[in-house]
Amino acid sequence: MQETRSGHSWRRTLARYALPAALAWAAAGSAAAAPPPFEDSIAQRAMACTACHGPQGRAAPDGYYPRLAGKPAGYLYNQLLNFRDGRRHYGLMTQLIEPLSDAYLMEIATYFSQLEVPYPAPLPATASPEVLSHGRKLVLEGDPARQLPACVQCHGQAMTGVAPGIPGLLGLPRDYLNAQLGAWKAGQRRAHAPDCMKEVVARLSLEDINAVASWAAAQPLPASTKPAASLPPPRPGATAITCGSATAPAATTAVPVKAQK
Amino acid sequence: MNKLSKFTLAVVVLAAGASALVWALNVRDEIDVTVPVAAAAPSESLVARGAYLARAGNCQACHTAQGGPAYAGGRGIATPFGTVFTSNLTPHEKTGIGSWSPSHFWRAMHNGRSKDGRLLYPAFPYTSYTQVTREDSDALYAYLRSLPPVAAPNQPHTLRFPYQSQAALAVWRALFFSPGVYEADSARSAEWNRGAYLVKGLGHCAACHTARNALGGSERSLDLAGGLIPMQNWYAPSLTSPYEAGVADWDKQHIVSLLKNGVSPRASVTGPMAEVVQRSTQYLSDADLGAMAQFLKELPASHTAAPEPAAIRTGGESVERATKLYEQHCAQCHGAGGEGIPNAYPALAGNRAVTMGEASNLVQIVLNGGYAPATEGNPRPFGMPPFVLVLDDTDMALVLTHVRQSWGNRASEITPLEVNRIRASTGR
Repeated sequence: MQETRSGHSWRRTLARYALPAALAWAAAGSAAAAPPPFEDSIAQRAMACTACHGPQGRAAPDGYYPRLAGKPAGYLYNQLLNFRDGRRHYGLMTQLIEPLSDAYLMEIATYFSQLEVPYPAPLPATASPEVLSHGRKLVLEGDPARQLPACVQCHGQAMTGVAPGIPGLLGLPRDYLNAQLGAWKAGQRRAHAPDCMKEVVARLSLEDINAVASWAAAQPLPASTKPAASLPPPRPGATAITCGSATAPAATTAVPVKAQK
Repeated sequence: MNKLSKFTLAVVVLAAGASALVWALNVRDEIDVTVPVAAAAPSESLVARGAYLARAGNCQACHTAQGGPAYAGGRGIATPFGTVFTSNLTPHEKTGIGSWSPSHFWRAMHNGRSKDGRLLYPAFPYTSYTQVTREDSDALYAYLRSLPPVAAPNQPHTLRFPYQSQAALAVWRALFFSPGVYEADSARSAEWNRGAYLVKGLGHCAACHTARNALGGSERSLDLAGGLIPMQNWYAPSLTSPYEAGVADWDKQHIVSLLKNGVSPRASVTGPMAEVVQRSTQYLSDADLGAMAQFLKELPASHTAAPEPAAIRTGGESVERATKLYEQHCAQCHGAGGEGIPNAYPALAGNRAVTMGEASNLVQIVLNGGYAPATEGNPRPFGMPPFVLVLDDTDMALVLTHVRQSWGNRASEITPLEVNRIRASTGR
């Protein structure tokens, strides 16, 4: 049986990939020069986020604290509200952002969305060629027989997401993708109504989820990793999908958002 | 009559007497809710006043489920006796307070009794709200009636035996609750009295800042001398002790700033108090905050004797390691000398939140991180990162002991066991 068939192998995966990555990360951190001096900036304010999500939100090595840098602002903002309002569940996250205002959460989301930091190379796929080819087909073409849209129909042809609300699928570890799709299937992760992703994931089997996650996690990043400005034209015969989103709040303050490279 | 039946009779008489006493104590100061009240259409100003008072009482925070419609209830309040679910306060006819009269609402606030006659659980802090005037109760009622009705049936509480029974609750109330509107102290200023009314009444500060006994009652009804918040492992520090959160020697303006902005030159708020500032006190007028500050400043001091300075660890491997951990993880923001950065990161040297005898909050904040609340006066607060994934119990205990015993701080050491207790209770 393929090790990649289920989520039960996460301990092994962690030991194989995450631990060396964590050590490399820690080493990189300690090798860096003295910590930057205090500045009255949004980057300084977001240091409570980057403690887990990695410097500049480039993801933590363990695969469970995803990358924030470069994700569409609307998507990040929606996720912050989802944690606050109980549509996603992680106590640490909820507790941290609870005392913050909508406007400030939007500013934090915008800050991370504007960061352009390089992606690490994807980890080599460990799944069988059959699994990977099944995943590739679902991502790029969907399965019309099951009314399953292709992932790229919404997440962009380049899979780098579509501004302002749809996240990219690349640069995420397989375990993270598996965990998120699994959470959606179990009703543990939700989005604003209408929850389009819930409808899509309901049509995926656990095998489908693993195939999609295994293939997507192994794809290299294109030259431009920015989210597309608009949705790609729908494939012939594809049904339109409506997704819910929060209304963006009015801007917080006069202080402009400053992206740091 | 033989001995046995005499004894039985005595027991029956005693039990009947005790029941009558408990019953009598439970209906003290109750009005007749069947007397109709002249119901003039509520004026806009009455509704606005009610909205303001609802902020002062922070009603919405508990009466709204996570992500749910405002005031429709359903938030679970975990208590040592089980979970109490808050009720729907919207004017929905069937599931809310749509069929309540102002008198029903008053009886709930003043006597802790629901429209149908049931006794209410004191997770609804009527032990404080009983001090609220009828006039303010009517304004709150008018405001709640102005909300859009939401159909959301009340969720039954999940309390353990015997706490779920009305009889047990009646006994509890006989012991720990007596109704009574705030009585002004004519020897004090109008400002002090206004502050006392807000702190003791709608503000229900005593719900957290006064210790509870094993039955969840407060023996000294309003000493504000600090208490552990049940189930949360946060300690609401004493407002009367100069070694905890007493403000007797603070500038009044700094107290106002703390309640309005969440930050002040003397301290900032985090944890459960951040929620209070964010949802309640930041919306209060400067006059009301000033009145609360005046009252808090004049609270009689307790524990005026300084705590024994702890034996300080000096030298050795653990001190070296703690120093290194501090430099690596803390010094960037809190400074090499624990001096902090004004308006961003609190100083640790001389910080009462660091040196307080009860260290739960210190462990919580280092484990889970936290932001000061985003308020109009401080819309973009700085934050503390969580260290729950970075430091194990031993290292966290070392670094916490280090900050409690450096730069003139003289507090007791923190053990890995204490860290572990809080870590385990928060499920991480």
